[in-house]
Amino acid sequence: MNLFNIISKIGEINTSSLFNLPNTEPFNTEGKTLKSSGVSALKGQSSVTAITDVLNFALKLEFLESAYYNQGVSSGVILAADLAIFQQIKKHEAAHVAFLQSTISALGGTPIASPNFDFTAGGAFNPFTVYGDFLALSQAFEDTGVRAYKGQAGNLITNNTVLTAALQIHSVEARHASMVRRLRNKNGMDSTAKGWITGNSRGTLPSATQAIYNGDENTTQGGVNVTTLTNVGTAAIQEAFDEPLTDVQVAAIVQPFIV
Amino acid sequence: MNSNEKNEKDFLKQPIDRLGFFKMSGVALATTAVILSGCKKETAEPITTPTPSPSNNAVDLGSGDTGVLNYAYALEQLEAAFYTQVMATPFTGMTAAEIQILGDLKLHEIAHREFLKAALGASAIIALTPNFSSIDFTNRASVLGTAKAFEDLGVAAYNGAGKLLTDPNNLLLAGKIVSVEARHASVIRDLLNPSSADFAGDDVVTVSQGLDGAKTPAEVLTIAGTYITNTLDASHLPTT
Repeated sequence: MNLFNIISKIGEINTSSLFNLPNTEPFNTEGKTLKSSGVSALKGQSSVTAITDVLNFALKLEFLESAYYNQGVSSGVILAADLAIFQQIKKHEAAHVAFLQSTISALGGTPIASPNFDFTAGGAFNPFTVYGDFLALSQAFEDTGVRAYKGQAGNLITNNTVLTAALQIHSVEARHASMVRRLRNKNGMDSTAKGWITGNSRGTLPSATQAIYNGDENTTQGGVNVTTLTNVGTAAIQEAFDEPLTDVQVAAIVQPFIV
Repeated sequence: MNSNEKNEKDFLKQPIDRLGFFKMSGVALATTAVILSGCKKETAEPITTPTPSPSNNAVDLGSGDTGVLNYAYALEQLEAAFYTQVMATPFTGMTAAEIQILGDLKLHEIAHREFLKAALGASAIIALTPNFSSIDFTNRASVLGTAKAFEDLGVAAYNGAGKLLTDPNNLLLAGKIVSVEARHASVIRDLLNPSSADFAGDDVVTVSQGLDGAKTPAEVLTIAGTYITNTLDASHLPTT
């Protein structure tokens, strides 16, 4: 349905380059003046249409996560010892859905309807009967969410309020990701899993998730190879910087779960 | 070279706004060791004769994106120094898992510190002198409680600073760091209260909207300043 239209629309707006912003009229939803004419020339100037498209892209991910934890928490698959963690995550994802819907509406946009999801991805996973599968997809969705929001921050730079809110969601997803990764270790599913991502390792996640981790092995930041600056080691440097994903990359990652 | 690359190179060569130093009010906040009076960089103000005051010895973070990155650099210096001390003098009963985690955090914060120092180049502030006299490094609760405070503060600092940056490349770099700080905060909170909701607790993530903290530099430095011997002058940082 309109999901595909949205994906293709976003693809048109924001192509392969993270900061390849549309050259449209600057729009200020708060009436706040742009920082200065010189600054606004340096900054990407995104229209409110572009901003609401970014927020609808985020909303799609939040719909996916919210539906996943709603079903997961009610399915009985979660160990009692871990239930408080997933109830908290479920609460946050539902709040993110509502927040994004209201923000899009406030900006004059139209929030997308929730897609329909198949969390078995055509029978490949059994997250609501096998706890290992539930944790694996949870980690996959949370790590994807972190990279997805990070990849869109630059597209929100002209609207301070929206940018700040997106960053505030972004770090919540990172808190979730860290917790779930460590739960997989604790429950014996991945002895290498830490709260942070080392290199481009997916650990014991299935190969279908590799796209979530590709590129995270980057050690060059701001044009500087950080390994030349400190002797903390390549792994620590890879862990210390989370990398973004483009909207197109994220759409491809979640596509198997959308029907 | 595309415009983003050019902006970044320009930024790396950008000197601190020295003239701006003389716009300071001269007010010294002796109790907080931080100068917080805001100053919009676009605002033209008459240059007055500077009068000697303790604030003239302050470490000026600078203005614009440089100032914001120096602000981040100051916080990363603080975190790196803290975990370096934690690992040099482990608290009583530190487990193997805690050694692994706190050791990783030390390395990550050093990586952040050294990266920001290099990115700032000649505009980087000096090496700051921490003041950890309030922390009992032999005591697990003291150390982890401080770690929790620092990590949550770091998350809120980067979240609040994003909007102050003008170059999307710098915003992305801050984004790459803040999510790692959030991963840290989650782990530390889980060490303190395992398997609870505290990893992203209602005390730090709003219940109604699911939003993490976002603080202004003034709010952050009021807290962080108690752990830093130097006086930091944040008065030239952008406010919007």
